[in-house]
Amino acid sequence: MPQNEYIEEAIKKHGRRFDHETRERKKAARKFHKDSQYAQKVHGWKAKMLNQKRRKEKIEMKKTIKLHEAKQADQKTDDVVPDGAVPAYLLDREGQQRAKVLSNMVKQKRKEKAGKWAVPLPKVRGIAEDEMFKVIKTGKRQAKAWKRMVTKPTFVGDGFTRKPPKYERFIRPMALRYKKANVTHPELKASFYLPIIGVKKNPQSPLYTQLGVLTKGTVIEVNVSELGLVTTGGKVVWGKYAQITNNPENDGCINALLLV
Amino acid sequence: MSHRSECTDDPASASTTPNEPCKELLAHIDIDSAAPRAMEVDTPAQHVVIQFQSADGDRTGPPVSIPVDVTPAQLGLLINQLLENTDEPHPYAFYVNDAEIINSLVQDILQRQPNLSTEDTLTIVYQPQALFRVRPVTRCSASLTGHTEAVLQVSFSPDGRLLASASGDTTVRVWDLDTNTPRYTCRGHTNWVLSLAWSPDGSLLASGGMDNAVRLWDPRTGEALGGALKGHTKWITALAWEPYHLNPDCTRFASASKDGTVRIWDAVHRRVVLTIAQHTAAVTSLRWGGDGLLYTGSQDKTIKVWNPHEGKLIKTLTGHAHWINSLALSTDFVLRTGPFDHTCRRPASKEEAQRTALERYQAARGPHPERLVSASDDYTMYLWDPMNNRKPLARLTGHQKLVNHVNFSPDGRWIASAGFDNSVKLWDGATGRFVASLRGHVGAVYQVCWSSDSRLLVTASKDSTCKVWDLRTRKLKVDLPGHADEVFAADWSPGGDRVASGGKDRVLKIWRH
Repeated sequence: MPQNEYIEEAIKKHGRRFDHETRERKKAARKFHKDSQYAQKVHGWKAKMLNQKRRKEKIEMKKTIKLHEAKQADQKTDDVVPDGAVPAYLLDREGQQRAKVLSNMVKQKRKEKAGKWAVPLPKVRGIAEDEMFKVIKTGKRQAKAWKRMVTKPTFVGDGFTRKPPKYERFIRPMALRYKKANVTHPELKASFYLPIIGVKKNPQSPLYTQLGVLTKGTVIEVNVSELGLVTTGGKVVWGKYAQITNNPENDGCINALLLV
Repeated sequence: MSHRSECTDDPASASTTPNEPCKELLAHIDIDSAAPRAMEVDTPAQHVVIQFQSADGDRTGPPVSIPVDVTPAQLGLLINQLLENTDEPHPYAFYVNDAEIINSLVQDILQRQPNLSTEDTLTIVYQPQALFRVRPVTRCSASLTGHTEAVLQVSFSPDGRLLASASGDTTVRVWDLDTNTPRYTCRGHTNWVLSLAWSPDGSLLASGGMDNAVRLWDPRTGEALGGALKGHTKWITALAWEPYHLNPDCTRFASASKDGTVRIWDAVHRRVVLTIAQHTAAVTSLRWGGDGLLYTGSQDKTIKVWNPHEGKLIKTLTGHAHWINSLALSTDFVLRTGPFDHTCRRPASKEEAQRTALERYQAARGPHPERLVSASDDYTMYLWDPMNNRKPLARLTGHQKLVNHVNFSPDGRWIASAGFDNSVKLWDGATGRFVASLRGHVGAVYQVCWSSDSRLLVTASKDSTCKVWDLRTRKLKVDLPGHADEVFAADWSPGGDRVASGGKDRVLKIWRH
């Protein structure tokens, strides 16, 4: 035993005092009142520290209570049939991702016709033209100002060739072009790095759609052939729509959510 | 099908008859059928000497000289005469070096196989075909809704009158096929129902589920026969009834479970007769053979052969390098349908039924013992002769992903296998030789099922379609889209008039011609 543990040594040698248990019990019972008095009295930095400590304790306590409740609930619902039945030959192949097939082609078509999508991000921040475009001065005296440079990330298709500089009104910088997006399948809870096919709609303006500007809330079409989704007709689904969920100009990458 | 026994037996008797009457007969045929044709053409028609041979390798009749442009129909006339099938001509398929004669001998064989000469004697192998013809299903005649979870298994009764489906909503449903309406909903299981098996006389229906229990149902009333048969400690993976010709009372069946045991039950006294617990991993497939043996395939990479009366291990077949997924017997179809042939007539008495079942079994089995094929996670299959040999007859390689399901054609001549590599492959059922690859599915193929005349097969796939394939052309015959999600199970009725399929979209579909 180390030398400095003299209290433990004393307890070991002589035992505790006879009223030790009572004292402990009373101390514990009094503790709440004492804590309360302290909490009412304290102010300033010490109050801040105390509140922080109490908050953490409360969170911990609530978590534990929830855990206990979940345990009890589990015991109650033991005989509930789980969802997602699979035949015997697939039972030992858990862990393989099972993409849900398009639920209903008719529904899908109707949605497309209405041009309305139940998208995860229904509203977007408006972006003014002067934020989107930078005016480029041209001409020998730099007096003309009809040329614009897009300052946001864009998608440019494979077959695109730039117009001659004289006629090129919008410049889409090479450094801000993207060809792939991180697309999350909401039901599989898995992300895939998929090639972009095109920009379906930029909610800001039709001009941005035309230019292929990728901002938060833009609906893009991605190539999902590697996911192995099929239609009810048994054909592989090639393109599906996804909505951009981050600000690509801030992040340097494109994150999107698949619209199922 | 009883006719087929005569066909396979006949070559032996025909070859033993003296040659003289045969020659007379041939001269007669030559004048009748082939000769006038040659005269019409008015050119010296090329002739070739052929020798008929049965599928078992017996020669039939003497070598015959025939014109090279002979068609299968003319060959059929000739072989029917040789085999003395006087009452009714049988359909036959003719093969030279495993290539089928479809239009005429010269078109399909002599022009395609340049190493063959008209100077040599050609050996033509003839194989009897089913007397009836199943028409390919082309349209969805009914979508039966009712299940509230995925349909996991569908199965026609042996006489083809009823359809049973097992589902993840814990029920077994029995459907009336005449009106396409639900007949009974059998409630009792407390978890997903994974497997179904009709007794071969169609009077009982056994179901096994995730709740580790086997239950018995009366398909005529929809009532449960007693409570759950308990004993397994994990879910039931497969069920198999004792063949009808061995036990016409249909009192015994076997169940295989994830817990690695196989239990043999008495359906009347409702108790375990035997427990077989030698597999060290889950038993995935189970077959009760017509020779009175029980075959089990397991995830411990072995196939074991048992005596189901004493529970003795007879053989262990090893060879696979990964789980066994599926087993199939060359006589599966007759064992499943018992005394019912394609007309689904119910025999008058039990003795007659047993006699019919035995006749059908022996016709399907032929002179050789039944063959077993096993499909595995190691991307291969093995063809076994479990009665005589511990070593496999052949190793069937070619799939590029695991093989999920394998099935023998009803006449035992072909094997179809469904793999997760989106392909269905056809193999020769006797030798295990690769025949063809059927491509067209864009998702994993889960199940494969033959029509009762062995000319068509239907596959169920993850890509939400069923497809019907033609054995003769080895191409897609009909595409059956309509399911909204993965198709887990498909079954062709023994009468051949319907296909039922069910899957994750909870709908049961009936397909007809």
